[in-house]
Amino acid sequence: MGGAASQLPKEMVSEYQELTFLTKQEILLAHKRFSELQDRDSLSSRVPMEKILTMPELKSNPFRRRICHVFSTSEPNDGSLTFEDFLDLLSAFSDSATLEIKSHYAFRIFDFDDDGTLDAGDLEKLVNCLTGDTDETRLNPEEMRQLIKNILEESDIDKDGTVNLSEFQHVISRSPDFVSSFKIVL
Amino acid sequence: MPRHKLVASESDVSIEVDADFTEDRVREVKNERNPKAKERDTKRKLEIHKTTEQKTENKKRKRSHSKQRGKRNIDDEDKGGEQISKQKKNRKNKKTKKLLTEEAEGEGYITKQKKKRRPQVDEENANATKQMTPEGPPKKKKRAKVQVESSSESEDSSSEKESSEEEEWKVTALTPEELEKLKEAVDEKKKLITILRGKPWPMLKKLQTLKESHDFLEKFEGALGKGKAKKLYAYKVMMLKRWMKFQRDFENFKTACIPWEMKIKDIESHFGSSVASYFIFLRWMYGINMILFGLTFGLVMVPEALMGKPYGSMPRKTVPRAEQASAMDFAVLWDFGGYAKYSVLFYGYYNSQRAIGWLKFRMPLSYFLVGVGTVAYSYMVVIRTMARNANEQGGGDDTNFNFSWKMFTSWDYLIGNPETADNKFASITTSFKEAIVEEQESRKDDNIHLTRFFRVLANFLVLCCLAGSGYLIYFVVRRSQKFALEGLENYGWWERNEVNMVMSLLGMFCPMLFDVISNLENYHPRIALQWQLGRIFALFLGNLYTFIIALMDEINLKRKEEETVKLNMTVWMANLHNGTLAENSTAPPITADPADVPRGPCWETMVGQEFVRLIISDTMTTYITLLIGDFLRAVMVRFFNYCWCWDLEYGFPSYSEFDVSGNVLGLIFNQGMIWMGAFYAPCLPALNVLRLHVSMYLQCWAVMCCNVPQERVFKASGSNNFYMAMLLVILFLSTLPAIYTIVSIPPSFDCGPFSGKNRMFDVIQETLEMDFPAWFGKVFSYASNPGLVLPFLLLMVLAIYYLQSTSKTYKKANAELKKKLQAQNEENKKKNKRAALKASDPEEARNSASEQQWHQINNNASKKEMDTWGCERGQNQHVTTCTRQSAAVKRQCGPADLHNPSTRPPPAQRNPATHGYLPGNPHQPSLRMQRTSSLKLQ
Repeated sequence: MGGAASQLPKEMVSEYQELTFLTKQEILLAHKRFSELQDRDSLSSRVPMEKILTMPELKSNPFRRRICHVFSTSEPNDGSLTFEDFLDLLSAFSDSATLEIKSHYAFRIFDFDDDGTLDAGDLEKLVNCLTGDTDETRLNPEEMRQLIKNILEESDIDKDGTVNLSEFQHVISRSPDFVSSFKIVL
Repeated sequence: MPRHKLVASESDVSIEVDADFTEDRVREVKNERNPKAKERDTKRKLEIHKTTEQKTENKKRKRSHSKQRGKRNIDDEDKGGEQISKQKKNRKNKKTKKLLTEEAEGEGYITKQKKKRRPQVDEENANATKQMTPEGPPKKKKRAKVQVESSSESEDSSSEKESSEEEEWKVTALTPEELEKLKEAVDEKKKLITILRGKPWPMLKKLQTLKESHDFLEKFEGALGKGKAKKLYAYKVMMLKRWMKFQRDFENFKTACIPWEMKIKDIESHFGSSVASYFIFLRWMYGINMILFGLTFGLVMVPEALMGKPYGSMPRKTVPRAEQASAMDFAVLWDFGGYAKYSVLFYGYYNSQRAIGWLKFRMPLSYFLVGVGTVAYSYMVVIRTMARNANEQGGGDDTNFNFSWKMFTSWDYLIGNPETADNKFASITTSFKEAIVEEQESRKDDNIHLTRFFRVLANFLVLCCLAGSGYLIYFVVRRSQKFALEGLENYGWWERNEVNMVMSLLGMFCPMLFDVISNLENYHPRIALQWQLGRIFALFLGNLYTFIIALMDEINLKRKEEETVKLNMTVWMANLHNGTLAENSTAPPITADPADVPRGPCWETMVGQEFVRLIISDTMTTYITLLIGDFLRAVMVRFFNYCWCWDLEYGFPSYSEFDVSGNVLGLIFNQGMIWMGAFYAPCLPALNVLRLHVSMYLQCWAVMCCNVPQERVFKASGSNNFYMAMLLVILFLSTLPAIYTIVSIPPSFDCGPFSGKNRMFDVIQETLEMDFPAWFGKVFSYASNPGLVLPFLLLMVLAIYYLQSTSKTYKKANAELKKKLQAQNEENKKKNKRAALKASDPEEARNSASEQQWHQINNNASKKEMDTWGCERGQNQHVTTCTRQSAAVKRQCGPADLHNPSTRPPPAQRNPATHGYLPGNPHQPSLRMQRTSSLKLQ
């Protein structure tokens, strides 16, 4: 599967359609874009992360590296994607994906150290991602501490100092704009 | 022989063979000596080949797990033992029953049942690998058999049991309830397939699950039912598949048909979702106008043009003699006079002939119904969209998570443009800082009196602006009436287009003025935006209504004029007849050329013309401001920047931003005018479609080439229903005057489809009398008498009241539930603290805490979630009492309840990195925790 630059077989398309939130056109488009990214010389079906990151859709996203890592199924977890991983990514970010799946992946993207919970360190990294790289937009340590404290106060229901997935989903599910903004379209 | 293989593989793994079990086996083998059994055996051969292969694979996995399992949960054995003895009794009873029924049952079922068992067993097997078994290993043999009976013990299965199951399934036949179960399993598989896309698994795993489920379905779907029912079922299944495929293709087709998807996506990636929301709104409007256009074009304009009397056959269809000279001039046509006025585009052209053409098309009726239908359709669409939006937004008003939302949901993943991304970074930072400051010092009220004073002053100024603009419009409209009376030919272009120009200019400059004024008020930007929108709304509305009032005055004038024309008409007729009579009394009366016949002013056409002109001038101003305000400005800034004394790009003029709310408002008002005027000028929807089509391209181009992303990026979703509500208000307000004119003003006597009638809606009555049987008219008249209508209205009011009060109760109940939830949270917190104090091991405390939470969330989580969570937990080898309990509970309740192996996620081949991310429990810690606890147990 993932047959390099060749045309996607019909039954695969219909299977992908059944397994993702994408339509046929979107899958074919994704395949086209993906095979453009693929190296012609190398035989491996994986596209390294650096290449994925050059896509205009991800270029200015502060979470682009995290997104690649989360959706990558490669063994050393270097963020390289197969076509199927790529489809998973697009499916989770598609228009019709459910809140559950979106929040699940959002949680994993925000969980910078991959330990299954959002602790203070993760939140700090998250804030830094959101406020950009320049110093003028960064928050000072005092503000950061206050912010993280507030966030934990709001969403850490069991008061264990971290936000776990169910707490995260609880918070996210009430948000009016999450589903509309957690989208990437090719 | 496959059978040998099977036995061999079984003994390979089995640890100890129960005496009971071997007895059963002997019985089974005997049973197999039956002639039937032989046949069955041959059928099975292929199956077994496959199964054995899979089994050996499974066993390899199992073995590694069984080591772990052996250590675990010795304390559980007592519980398990009790249950097993109970179940054994059950099994024996059942078995004897089954042996009896076997003879009666059809042969096919057994093989079916066998087949069915295999994948299910596989799955159970798979579950076993990730799910811990509360019972210890020594019990496995017995329990395996128990499972055959209830066929649903998916909670805990082991490698050894399945081979024994295979044996037993040969003997047991299918009872109706098992058939039921099989059906259930099939249904569950189907359900699994449909929800598969909603699972956060990697594709490889999803693919595998899909394949397994498909294989399963293929084997058993057709096999359900018997005889004819079987065929029917198979047929149904086939049709269902076709239908699904068709639906999918149709879905694809639909998405392919959505226009401008790529354009909007492009804008989305450059400017974020809020600018894109304007274009989506524009597209939506375009769709609605398309349908309105289809209605008017297909049911009114085309029939009249094709089947009605041709141009020049009647006075109303000819340009009067006086105007004929200039009727083809562009200036006149641009003004919708001349030939344009006497065409299907306007009300006056239509004939009042009841039925036209060989189709006997009821033209007046159709005209009336289309007018009503346009409005009704618009109401329906707007309200439906609003309701859907409201549903989607759900509990968006919850302000408990202010900070968390800012943190987790503020990034717009659609942004693909570095500049927009920078703006977004900045706006997120400021919003964070603002929130922090607000939190730190909850509202410092420095000099509140000054702010209040300024706010009052600002509102006063705005009111002055509104009143001034209203007066200006009224004044201009009156002046234009004076001009019109004196004859427009004597005046220049400005005098003729004064009204529209003034309205458009006011619409252009007043919002800017409001913007300046609102600086006085010092509101939060979001609130300021709402005020601004409200004021613009009031301005537009005021302007529109002054315009309408002025139009009403004009209508009254025209009607007076009509009276005099009517008088003149009779005189003229008399003259004509006198003339002809004098010449030749026997010849048929010579009719005058239709162009010479004197005619009334036809106020309906006048109203239609006014609206069309308004739309045209509005469109023009929009496009021109776009070109000048955006394009020229951008060009200037871009090229003069090289030779200017300050930086133009970042300094004063800079590039313009795309004003989402202003543009949306413009669109809404434009639509309002369409709704208002469409009855008198059937061409309006067509014009609007054209306008929207052009603006789509023009604005897309303008946005991409000369606008910069907004500095303050507002979320699109929050304001969606706000715009919709405005649209609804506008729709209501614009239908009011239209309905008023239709109901209360008699139509012109010599033009339009309703000429000669007292009121426009008389056409309904006419149709009822002439085209329907008499009894129908009677029924209708009964139904429409006040004695019936009033109670009906009363009933509706009561229904509204009832629905409102129920919704209030629901709200109350919701609030109550929320309170309860919060109380529970508090309680859980306390419990957690206590647990934390008690537990010597801090990690154990965390474990119990997570469990508490899991329980709590269970309360409001759906069952599906519960199931998946349960398995995921199991997969992590997370030994919690919770799962144990649930397993126990499941075992105790009947087989119907137990039967959900197929909803279980299939074999997990997760990569280690994804392991920790499953709902409901702290994962890595739990792994550690498990290890420590097992050590303790040893």
